[in-house]
Amino acid sequence: MQFVQLVISGVAQGCIYGLIALGFVLIYKATETVSFVQGELMMLGAFLGLALMTLMKLPLAAAVLVSMLAMGLFGVLTERLTIRPILGQPAFSIVMLTFGLGYMARGAITMLPAIGTETHTLPVPYKDQVINAGALVLNVEQLVVIGVTVVLCGLLFAMFRYSKVGIAMQAASQNQLAAYYMGIPVQRLNGLVWGLAAAVAAVAGLLLAPITFIHANMGFIGLKAFPAAVVGGFGSLPGAIVGGLVIGVVESLSGFYLPEGFKDVAAYVVVLLMLMVKPNGLFGETMRKKV
Amino acid sequence: MRFIFKTRYEQDIALAKHDGHRFWYSLLVVALFAAPWLLSEYGLAQLTFVLIYGIVGLGLMLLAGFTGLFSIGHAAFLGVGAYTEAAMVNAGVPFPLALAAAALLSAAVGVLVGLPALRVKGMYLGISTMAFGFIVAEVFARWESVTGGNAGKHVKAPAIGSWALDSGVEFYFLCLVLAIGSTLAILNLLRSPTGRAFVAIRDSEISAQCMGIHLARYKTLSFAISAALGGLGGALYAHMIKFLSPDQFDIVQSIDLLLMVVIGGLGSVHGAFLGAIFLITMPQLINGAKDWLPDAVGQAPGLKAAVYGLVLIAFVLFEPLGLYGRWLKVRTFFTIFPFYRQGMFKRQKSFQKSDRLR
Repeated sequence: MQFVQLVISGVAQGCIYGLIALGFVLIYKATETVSFVQGELMMLGAFLGLALMTLMKLPLAAAVLVSMLAMGLFGVLTERLTIRPILGQPAFSIVMLTFGLGYMARGAITMLPAIGTETHTLPVPYKDQVINAGALVLNVEQLVVIGVTVVLCGLLFAMFRYSKVGIAMQAASQNQLAAYYMGIPVQRLNGLVWGLAAAVAAVAGLLLAPITFIHANMGFIGLKAFPAAVVGGFGSLPGAIVGGLVIGVVESLSGFYLPEGFKDVAAYVVVLLMLMVKPNGLFGETMRKKV
Repeated sequence: MRFIFKTRYEQDIALAKHDGHRFWYSLLVVALFAAPWLLSEYGLAQLTFVLIYGIVGLGLMLLAGFTGLFSIGHAAFLGVGAYTEAAMVNAGVPFPLALAAAALLSAAVGVLVGLPALRVKGMYLGISTMAFGFIVAEVFARWESVTGGNAGKHVKAPAIGSWALDSGVEFYFLCLVLAIGSTLAILNLLRSPTGRAFVAIRDSEISAQCMGIHLARYKTLSFAISAALGGLGGALYAHMIKFLSPDQFDIVQSIDLLLMVVIGGLGSVHGAFLGAIFLITMPQLINGAKDWLPDAVGQAPGLKAAVYGLVLIAFVLFEPLGLYGRWLKVRTFFTIFPFYRQGMFKRQKSFQKSDRLR
């Protein structure tokens, strides 16, 4: 029973990693750049949700919607103002740029007087509730995380499978030049992808908020989503979620069965092993350059 | 304008290309050796930090700027060097021996980290070095018998034989000699076949391989040298701050180090030191600016991070060659005075190279 309990809480944590990893993978697939700002986008989304709920007294659903929209807009703007001017530069310039954005976001939040340096809790209606199912004690917060992740993945799947925008995004991610020749506005799509990634990150932040706390450094959890993305295969959307689940479960189990300290590094040990054994990840595509 | 009339092949690889170089760099060395009598005690300590970060920056510059391998876990090497030094000096091992051990152990760890670099590249390498950095930071926090854990560890002052280098001035000279030595070593390395192989790997792995460069050997070598310099810098850092705790070697430090070489100017030895000067003076500048700003902004704790982020973004967007690139432009403007044109240093846009194809 304890094992099942641990797995469930690992899965819930893994869903968060998976959602953040989803953002990396979306951006990576579309623009071949790795965004280190994803964790900070999540943090901004959580703070925005907090502000909407506590200062403007919006109900949870409205706050989630508004902060998703606002963060999506923020993502589009970020892409337009900072990423697009340096497209075509070495990938590392863009990575450094996202580091810079992350620094700025953290700094800006910390500078907010009386809010930025504190830790907050998100006043969700399901806070601290448990369901007893047999011998299992299920935390409602964790169930909500898992449920929302499933729904969100379904929506994203439907979008990529059936909507024109989604199919165009897939085309652009496979071959930008060919997609451009087919009349797809690749640059505008890149902006949309950033918006989508930021919105997903905002959801992740709002889901994580009741489990941990909201504070300026919560974005560092985004760094654990990199192992998730790598384990799943960096270019694969389902892989990101599966990778997140793997990392979450491994972390949760090693926190219980292994000595103290292993929980924090479990994700990184897994990713190093993965890179040694199967660098392309579980679902990674292997493409070879033809000469 | 200066025209160099080359009469010997040695002139092509000479470290100082002309009399101007010889004059100014000699002046710089003289000024650095005279610094203890020119600067206040506080200024000297800051200069020592610049030299230490400069040594670490040289290592990272060799790896990132000249070999094209990016390490997002470089603070781990700094930490390995620092803790090795601290443990050995505290155990009574002579200082020069401890310093060498710190550099060598760091290099060995560097080889270990370099191993995945042979299989993965691009961002995967960044992520594997980041993962390694996290693991090492956790080891520092947990291996309490050696590192003192989160409680921290005191470091004794270095001593060569009976000569204790416990004053700031003596330690400054030690750092200065080591910094000059490692700079000359790196400059010499870069004009040798090995250094050229590094640059070739950076510019194109495939063509480097076609030219007969053994990728695995040179990448590992680059990691080892870079880590050794990181370890050397770490050992000096340990003596400088005299108290080690694991959070000095976390991901934030790694990113700061990367920020240092990017702002200094990737692919230039000058950049390592310019970046170090930036990293050390920036907090002072921000502190100085606090008095001029309104309290709501000036006293906010996040100001430093926000300014760092802003500066980094501005450099990537507007001056990708860093401080050294800016200096080159200014110098070119004056040497060819009325003929400087917009776009002389224009970046060439390249098609995006895909990491997915290998």
